[in-house]
Amino acid sequence: MKPKLAVWKFASCDGCQLSLLDCEDELLEIAAHVQIAHFLEASSASVCGPYDISLVEGSVTTPLDVERIRQVRADSKQLITIGACATAGGIQALRNFADVDEFRSIVYARPEFIDTLAESTPIAAVVPVDYELRGCPIDRGQLLETLSALLNGRRPRGPLHSVCFECKTRGTTCVLVKGTPCLGPATQAGCGALCPAYGRGCYGCFGPATGAPAHAKKVFNLFNSGAPS
Amino acid sequence: MTHRLDRSLQVSALSRVEGEGAMRLVTAGGRVESVALEIYEPPRFFEALLRGRTMGEVTDITARICGICPVAYQMSACHAMEDACGTNIPVPIQDLRRLLYCGEWISSHALHIYLLHAPDFLGYDSVVELAQAHRPLVERGLRLKKAGNAILQTVGGRAIHPVNVRLGGFYRSPSRAELQELAVTLRSALDDALATVRWVAGFDFPDFAHEHEYLALVSPGCYAIESGVPTTDRGLSFPVRDFESHVIEEQVPHSTALHARLAGRGRYLTGPLARYSLSQQWLSPLARMAAAQAGLGETCRNPFRSIVVRAVETVYAVEEALRLIDGYVPPQPAHVDLIPLSGKGFGATEAPRGTLFHRYEISASGDIVSARITPPTSQNQAAIEDDLRLFAGPRLELDDHELAHACESAIRCYDPCISCATHFLELTVERRL
Ligand code: SF4
Ligand code: SF4
Repeated sequence: MKPKLAVWKFASCDGCQLSLLDCEDELLEIAAHVQIAHFLEASSASVCGPYDISLVEGSVTTPLDVERIRQVRADSKQLITIGACATAGGIQALRNFADVDEFRSIVYARPEFIDTLAESTPIAAVVPVDYELRGCPIDRGQLLETLSALLNGRRPRGPLHSVCFECKTRGTTCVLVKGTPCLGPATQAGCGALCPAYGRGCYGCFGPATGAPAHAKKVFNLFNSGAPS
Repeated sequence: MTHRLDRSLQVSALSRVEGEGAMRLVTAGGRVESVALEIYEPPRFFEALLRGRTMGEVTDITARICGICPVAYQMSACHAMEDACGTNIPVPIQDLRRLLYCGEWISSHALHIYLLHAPDFLGYDSVVELAQAHRPLVERGLRLKKAGNAILQTVGGRAIHPVNVRLGGFYRSPSRAELQELAVTLRSALDDALATVRWVAGFDFPDFAHEHEYLALVSPGCYAIESGVPTTDRGLSFPVRDFESHVIEEQVPHSTALHARLAGRGRYLTGPLARYSLSQQWLSPLARMAAAQAGLGETCRNPFRSIVVRAVETVYAVEEALRLIDGYVPPQPAHVDLIPLSGKGFGATEAPRGTLFHRYEISASGDIVSARITPPTSQNQAAIEDDLRLFAGPRLELDDHELAHACESAIRCYDPCISCATHFLELTVERRL
């Protein structure tokens, strides 16, 4: 029996699950090694759990989501959160600092129809998570490495260093030298130091690096504002 | 088969659409009483969370509305902010934007054609099943998608949520050499795109035509992508800044997406069918020839044939990308600075799924005071529901499973992007007496 892979969506932009479909060279190979048991964006056929690997995109923002993620957890051997929404509440976690009723009434004329929680919560705040992939969106290479590790029964390798390290590997001149502000030193590696390669400072879409000092986490106020400290 | 008069059928999770939603169909006395697309995508309140942010953040923030068409969000946002500040964008930067946008069209259309929509016509549940039977076909689709992503990566830094876009242009202009490398990939992608048109033209299309008014940006002389004037096929045309007085958005109880209609005219459709019908005369000669050989005329009113129109637009986008690369002179500097000016700005571009409108009000210090975003799917929702009513009517003889399947594939014709429904499918059929 091939291992069963499921992909779940919570509040998100679909970008992280699209990263899987963006593995153009590997997609059919992956499909040969797993049974894609639930992946609404890609398939109409859905198979019941238990699932060997569940990839979870998005944050928890409605009362129904809380029930849903508990069920997914109960049905999954390994649960991997993919992307800043799932690991840190995502951009929608900006509401955590605002009045949600006001938010609702700015967008909707009849806010009473809209069911939503006051906060956008990372998945790990509701259920235990086995591995997490950072980024907004996640890096395809990291996704492939994680899937292949899990399918081969080894621990996935995740980078522990910061974006700075990746700039050095890539040979990019530090943008701080030109006076461009950059969150690279405090941001977890994984993207390959993309922004500095395009002459802009890192804006922290992979969230705080492990070991970044607590006061530094304040700067992750856009895509990873709900990151656990 | 027993003919029941009352039915209740629910497709509780529409698949192969972007985002999540459901459809509920109620029949009474053997006729369709109502159809509702229920969008249960959790609201993410973008318009609210943009308030108080600085205008420069708008490209990174609005990109996150949709992972499938982030460039569309970035471009509409740039246009609106540049409009607010009265900034003119030099032609080389405009061209580089159009190139980036071509990448998104190619990638998004290839995704929809091969991975989401074609399986319906060929009787498969997914692209994985399709690949088991027709691997070379799927490999062609993936190559095409990869070519689009290659443009996004080279010009934008990455395919999803490009990092190189900023107000006024780009952080860095790609070098000529970087783009020349792309051209090699694109030349073979053109063959793949042409083969795609021939392939999808041979599908079996249900006989179906709708009567909606079509709305798309029009830019006489070229096929509108990153700019143009909102125009309909029934003679209405208005400047982008008047969008909100012509397009009225309303909230409906069954959806977190707002529904739109044209003031005094009613529901309408935006997207590939509308674009093609309003601008096909400005396609490249090769794309026009491909369209003619695929049996498309001057207009197309069958939503099932939208897959052919997407394929033709893909041919066009590949050729257009090659043309832009050929004439490419790296813009120096790569962006122009915006001087914040208190006031409003409006922007609209053609996302792969249709016209995407943004409006911002900014303060003299460049903070966002208010934001309005009208994505294509919420504009199309009323038209889609109406088409489903027409489509399901003569098919009520089908059993629930078949009817659900038929309706689901009809919905996929519109490539609804539910994540985009910033402000927002399950199929339920309820058959009443
Ligand atoms: S983390 Fe970013 S890319 Fe991933 S789903 Fe959330 S918004 Fe989209
Ligand atoms: S450099 Fe920073 S902001 Fe840019 S992609 Fe990498 S982690 Fe994200």
